[in-house]
Amino acid sequence: MHEFFGPAELDALRLSLAVATRSVLWSLPLAVLVAWLLTRARFHGRMLFDAFVHLPLVLPPVAVGYVLLVLFGTRGPFGRWLYEHFGVELAFSTNGAALATAVMTFPLMVRAVRISLDNVDRGLEAAARTLGAGALDRFASITLPLMLPGILAGAVMAFAAGLGEFGAVITFVANIPGRTRTLSLALYTAIQSPAGDALAVRLAIISFALGFAGLLIAEWLARRVRRWLGR
Amino acid sequence: MLAVNLAMRRGAFVLDVAFQAPTPGIVALFGRSGAGKTSVVEILAGLLEPDSAQVRLGERILIDTRSGYALPAERRRIGYVFQDARLFPHLNVRGNLRYGLKRAPAEPHGISFDAVTELLGLAPLLARRPYTLSGGERQRVALGRALLSQPQLLLLDEPLASLDASRRAEVLPYFEALRDRLAIPMVYVSHHFEEVLRLADHVVLLDAGRVVAAGGIHPMSLRPELGAIVGPDSVGAVLEGVICEADAARGLARLNFGTGTLLVAATDARIGARARVQLFASDLILATHPAQGLSVRNSIAGVVQSIREDDNEGQLVKVDIGGASVLARVTRDALESLALQVGSPVWVLVKAVSMRSHAH
Repeated sequence: MHEFFGPAELDALRLSLAVATRSVLWSLPLAVLVAWLLTRARFHGRMLFDAFVHLPLVLPPVAVGYVLLVLFGTRGPFGRWLYEHFGVELAFSTNGAALATAVMTFPLMVRAVRISLDNVDRGLEAAARTLGAGALDRFASITLPLMLPGILAGAVMAFAAGLGEFGAVITFVANIPGRTRTLSLALYTAIQSPAGDALAVRLAIISFALGFAGLLIAEWLARRVRRWLGR
Repeated sequence: MLAVNLAMRRGAFVLDVAFQAPTPGIVALFGRSGAGKTSVVEILAGLLEPDSAQVRLGERILIDTRSGYALPAERRRIGYVFQDARLFPHLNVRGNLRYGLKRAPAEPHGISFDAVTELLGLAPLLARRPYTLSGGERQRVALGRALLSQPQLLLLDEPLASLDASRRAEVLPYFEALRDRLAIPMVYVSHHFEEVLRLADHVVLLDAGRVVAAGGIHPMSLRPELGAIVGPDSVGAVLEGVICEADAARGLARLNFGTGTLLVAATDARIGARARVQLFASDLILATHPAQGLSVRNSIAGVVQSIREDDNEGQLVKVDIGGASVLARVTRDALESLALQVGSPVWVLVKAVSMRSHAH
């Protein structure tokens, strides 16, 4: 067992967890906002916006990574601005890997949040209104708690999927041990090296176990919250 | 005074409603489903936008579209009890009750949490979650939640419609207690005349988006427009009076309705209590002479006021019994053999057991 988690595996596992956690934390509030806009708001170009949000689902991940590199690379317009104003460097960093992961898992999260928002009974919001709750108050005290099953499920799903993001990450932030070499990148590297078979098997098992656990936890959480809401 | 004047068109449905009702008190919006009753209360609450409207509650203007003014629903201070209760599933009963209370402006003479839980018998339910409550309990919590938001007007949209008869009988007394103990004006939407009879002071009859008749409960009970909605079997004058004698042993009470008295079946009548009875038109017998040797307990002298065709093949005879009127259904044949016409003196016979009194 001691041999199973060598430094390479531990490093990759730790990085994957850090990247997935950061990506979920950053994208969750935005996903709630976007889901709300797509479900409730009426504006011109909503269909275009909808398509744009779901683009990462159908684009080759490498293309997404390339776009990120162009925009957020050290010489890219956003990348330079971030570096000059906040000293933040995304290219070739763990935060960059988190950004790439967030972009790739964003549609997944928006979908889950959106379904839960669709299921919120507008009648309850109307009732809250007659009880004196303004728009923001209603959202915080009624809508958001009732969306909780979907938000949690979406977050866990995005987390589990984010643990294994590959194409966008390797294109945007490369494959740097200890910084951007997450589980799937480490697995890829192991497969490429002649003596990496045993390591590859171990990394594959870890990835498999994490993904499976993620799905189980998502389902379990959703059930618990639904029972809490009495559905 | 609640003064309402509103118009709205949605596709083929046209709503054009104007009425005034005294406050405090309960005004019933009565009519078939689809008559526009719910639309009216949704507009009052601010949940539905009318094409044009003026709504005034006492001195307070709630909507005046002529000057482009409409108070947002959350600032209108109108409590709303929905047909389906709409309790918040993520809060327990206490949380639901406090929701409106927390957001209401401080009212020195407002209704307190303890008063509401006591009035509606909610104390044993406080820690329960909405999905564990029965339909009747849900409606009581919804009512308490609306009351605690310190409303200046309470809208009750068929609050008993989703309940079966026994649950309805369980909740109805709470509404009566509310009317008798709190001075909050209420608009009560219903298509059950029984509820209207027990609760309302003023009735607005809606049909196809328009007011077809409006007024106090007694004059409204005589209107043919009401008969067309409740059906021939439920047509009958509603008399309101004070219990002046009570004989619990024989299950009888005497109701003084101003210019006369009626003996009614009642087991729990209190002397001095206000009560209402409905005299169903088909239960009344007309006679041209005072009756003798009959089991009928009430015999009241009156004068035929009008005779109208009933949709049930009979004739509805309206009899003035001095200050109030009653309706009696007789066949055309009986009408001819008694030679009844407007102005004829008649005796109205009615059995005590055929009336149910409602303490008021």
